[in-house]
Amino acid sequence: MIARLLLKSLFVIALPVVLVVVWWAASAGSTDPFWPPLRTIVDTFPDVWTADRLRTDVVPSLLRLLAGYALAALVGVALGTVIGSYRAVRAVCEPVLEFLRAVPPPVLVPVIMLFAGIGDTMKIVVIASGCVWPVLLNTVEGVRAVDSVMLETARSYGVSGLARLRHLVLPSASPQIFAGLRQALSIGIILMVISEMFAANNGIGFTVVQFQRSFAIPDMWTGILVLGLLGFLLSVVFQLVERRVLGWYHGLRATTRRS
Amino acid sequence: MRNVALGAAGLAAFLALGEAVPRLGLVKEAYFPPTSRIASALGDELSDDAFWHALGDTLTGWALGLAIAVCAGVAAGVVVSVVPYLRAATASTIEFLRPIPSVALIPLAVLLYGTELRSVLLLVVYASFWQVLIQTLYGVQDVDPVAEETARSYGLGTWARVRHVLWPTALPYVMTGVRLAAAVALILAITAELVIGAPGLGQQIAVAQTSQAVPEMYALIVVAGLLGLIINVGARTVERWALAWHQSVRGEVAV
Repeated sequence: MIARLLLKSLFVIALPVVLVVVWWAASAGSTDPFWPPLRTIVDTFPDVWTADRLRTDVVPSLLRLLAGYALAALVGVALGTVIGSYRAVRAVCEPVLEFLRAVPPPVLVPVIMLFAGIGDTMKIVVIASGCVWPVLLNTVEGVRAVDSVMLETARSYGVSGLARLRHLVLPSASPQIFAGLRQALSIGIILMVISEMFAANNGIGFTVVQFQRSFAIPDMWTGILVLGLLGFLLSVVFQLVERRVLGWYHGLRATTRRS
Repeated sequence: MRNVALGAAGLAAFLALGEAVPRLGLVKEAYFPPTSRIASALGDELSDDAFWHALGDTLTGWALGLAIAVCAGVAAGVVVSVVPYLRAATASTIEFLRPIPSVALIPLAVLLYGTELRSVLLLVVYASFWQVLIQTLYGVQDVDPVAEETARSYGLGTWARVRHVLWPTALPYVMTGVRLAAAVALILAITAELVIGAPGLGQQIAVAQTSQAVPEMYALIVVAGLLGLIINVGARTVERWALAWHQSVRGEVAV
């Protein structure tokens, strides 16, 4: 048992360790200015990402991401439920939605800058307007696919309005909604970084580009690492939330598969 | 038929709204020009050689990047699944590298390649590679153990099993990966052009923005959206064509 656990953890850490060692060794004597030794990057890390910098750059970025993402989730689920519930509404909206979804979200940055300047509002709106489409379209699909027998049953028992929404429609669409939320998260991170690279005076994206423009290469590398870590951590948090909220669904799937 | 009519009505209402809102002064015309002005700006763009060059550049970056990512993703996915223990050994690394936002590589791309095509390719390939790889891994996992054992007992070699058992099972997943990757590749291609300034539609949008040519900017954004739409529809068509033999597609046709 213990041996198997050890073997399993060996599998988890072996390759990452090998990769880091290879990077460390290969870059050790590097004089190429663009590929500094990993040692230099690690040494620079604590000097660059001080508590002060976390407060002035990382926290504002994250707050903007959170605000935009929450707004997108709210609007996406609400609109998606309405569009998914009524066949006629869906038919009217479908071509427009298909087009709006296909617009690559980063091109919204210049448009939204016209309206909202370069402040926090602009970034939050950019993030929200990019994240809303996957959530909206997945909600529509999820609401549309609600089991018709359950819908009929609910009707026979006189379950309607908010109760129907709360106990039947939203739970049964939630796996799809979460699939949309997951797509939206990676789009949100991209837009957070881009909106800051375009126009900002703080934030992670802004800082990394500043480093690059001033040729502070090891500092820039630490910024890339921070962005990578951030993407990884956010996806871990998302998985934890998903596992908690959709626990019943995964359990159900596991039992049906076993039987 | 009724759905088509309703959809057309929705589209017409959307365009009319775009015309009416700025005309009625609800938003400034300088920020949001009416549909007709965007349309005429689009007409001007279509007769401009620079526009077609930019479109060609964007499509080149998109297609090349997507092709590289699909080949690399499928090859890596099959190798990782077929070689014993490799799947378990790479799982943690893949889970770590996949969520890293590809835009984090923008500063590196600028330093290494400037505004060349290779900058665009770096971002496009990094972003779309994971989509294909993950779907390939899922697909290979889905192989029916009975079919695999049967193939083994009939003495099929590794290559024959990959070709006749693994590939048909994985193909639907791979096609899903390709469809997702095609959309992501366009986003990243346009992003690279917009932020780095590599030649293409994104760069044209940035130029239009800095020169305050607002209707042109909207026209280019419409083009970007139409391009995305064509790519989505095209990817779905290719998917149906490649999976014409598959149950999921045959079932839909029969009904």
